Amino acid sequence: MRRYLIRKLIFAIITLIVATIFVFALSRMAGDPLLLFAKPGGYGMSQERVDQLSQKLGLDKPLIVQYLVWLGRVVTGDFGETIVSETSVSKLIWERAAPTLQLAVASFILSILMGVPLGVLSAVKRGSMSDYVSRTIALVGQAAPIFWVCIMAILLFAVTLDWLPVGTAGPDDVPFWTWAKFKYLIMPAFALGWGPAAALLRLTRSAMLEVLDSEYVTLARAKGTNYNVVIWKHAFRNAILQPLTTSAIVLASFVTGAVVVERIFAWPGVGQLMTDAVWNNDFPTLTSTVLVFTAVFVGTNFLADMLYGVLNPVIRYD
Amino acid sequence: MFSAAWFFVRRYPVIPVLILALLVFSAITAPWISPHEPNQIDLVNRHNPPFWLEEGSITNPLGTDFLGRDILSRIIGGAPITVFVVVASVATGVLIGTTLGLVTGYFGGIVDDIVMRAVDAWNILPALLIILVVVLTFGQGLPVLIGVFAMLSWPGAVRLVRAETLSLRHREYVALAQVAGASNFRILIRHILPGIVNIVIVTATLGTGNIILTEAALSFLGAGIPPPDPTWGKMISEERQYLDKAWWATFFPGIAIALVVMSGNFLGDWMRDRFDPTLRQL
Repeated sequence: MRRYLIRKLIFAIITLIVATIFVFALSRMAGDPLLLFAKPGGYGMSQERVDQLSQKLGLDKPLIVQYLVWLGRVVTGDFGETIVSETSVSKLIWERAAPTLQLAVASFILSILMGVPLGVLSAVKRGSMSDYVSRTIALVGQAAPIFWVCIMAILLFAVTLDWLPVGTAGPDDVPFWTWAKFKYLIMPAFALGWGPAAALLRLTRSAMLEVLDSEYVTLARAKGTNYNVVIWKHAFRNAILQPLTTSAIVLASFVTGAVVVERIFAWPGVGQLMTDAVWNNDFPTLTSTVLVFTAVFVGTNFLADMLYGVLNPVIRYD
Repeated sequence: MFSAAWFFVRRYPVIPVLILALLVFSAITAPWISPHEPNQIDLVNRHNPPFWLEEGSITNPLGTDFLGRDILSRIIGGAPITVFVVVASVATGVLIGTTLGLVTGYFGGIVDDIVMRAVDAWNILPALLIILVVVLTFGQGLPVLIGVFAMLSWPGAVRLVRAETLSLRHREYVALAQVAGASNFRILIRHILPGIVNIVIVTATLGTGNIILTEAALSFLGAGIPPPDPTWGKMISEERQYLDKAWWATFFPGIAIALVVMSGNFLGDWMRDRFDPTLRQL
């Protein structure tokens, strides 16, 4: 178990380092950093000014030194300044982290509450109407583009029915559990949670089907054990391992989904910061947000591995 | 008669195959079958509704967009580029993945270690964001896009092909071929490759949905297939602000994406179950 975890941890760290090299290389290929300082019409910087700036930014040193200096700053949370407003990127990311986290947690809870029970239901009542309905929900959830789902939700619930508000995360002065603010969360959370819920549903369903087919379930049934007890105590406990470990990976998939969902709902999170950066050609902000998202992604995947190690006896006693 | 047809539809993926066939058909014949020129602007007829609504007319069966362009024609016009990008990138990705999977599964050793670690690393990275940064750095040319979409499908192919190759290389017929003096290359191509073709086809089919969705997301974020080619993702993102005036302009392209992705997923799942001997009795 310990060896397994150490191996996974080292691997996650190496992956992150490779990712930083990759991002650093790309940011250099995107253009000469000095040109960022050439304001419109400022291409006529004097040679003195160029030398002075290169020295200040460390551009006169070899690339590997530049990378290490940059890496040192990134690790300590200093991502430099944005091009657009010359404010600190890490401050911006920090301000935007809470709304993104809120959205991700809400969608996570929602996808588990939707995916797992529906998966159990459709396995237990295999071939029934509820099985078909659940599987259709899963099929559509995995096939419909997430931004289209968002737009259709807005069309239905905001434009046509006028039940829910659209845009921003709601008023800042009330806590999120009050209806005034909570109603802003409903649509984005559903849109973001549907795809992962579909994945969880399919996993739970196939795991349950496999377990329900095994001999000890037949035995429990033959003994005359109450069917609900068989399903939840005998079958469910064994079937849930796989979906549970996958749910952490599901959490990681919110990273990509959040970028699109936050854009559409004008949700003031890190994802929106990132798409703004795309449209403003703000490369420092873009690479920083991608790095932060990557770190979160790698981190949650490591958590999933850890959870898997704790739950899976084969690995636990390795 | 009716129940026999119903049985056929339930047993074989008739509808997904029809949808995919329709997609390929319209991709090949797009210039001839589309009722209008996809990029033809007609400012008088902006946001005409589909034909079954009031004020709609059969000249624009699915209505027009904010520049008066015919939506049906634009959906058909988006088919060639979608099919081209998907086929090219799946082919590239699966070709690379299969080659690496064959080599790593058959020879093992240090190459196996390196490739598998690379696959693991790729799996714990957020693909869409990496792709976005790459596309923004190198520009939105078609070769760049096909390259990044190929990156989506190779890791899965490596993993599956490698596992299958590992199980085949210790079979007796492979050992006999070795005894008979066949070269490694010949064994891989003549004796192992035919055994993994099924898996390669399944991976390729299952990969299409992912690529279409990623392309759509990139188009939506403004980094997909460059203008003037119409793509479904771009159609949705352009029309987003007119949602309250013209729902049809965002609805139909989305339906097109969802149907194609669903068909790919469904067909892939069906083939996987079909090729899997342990599930065949069911």
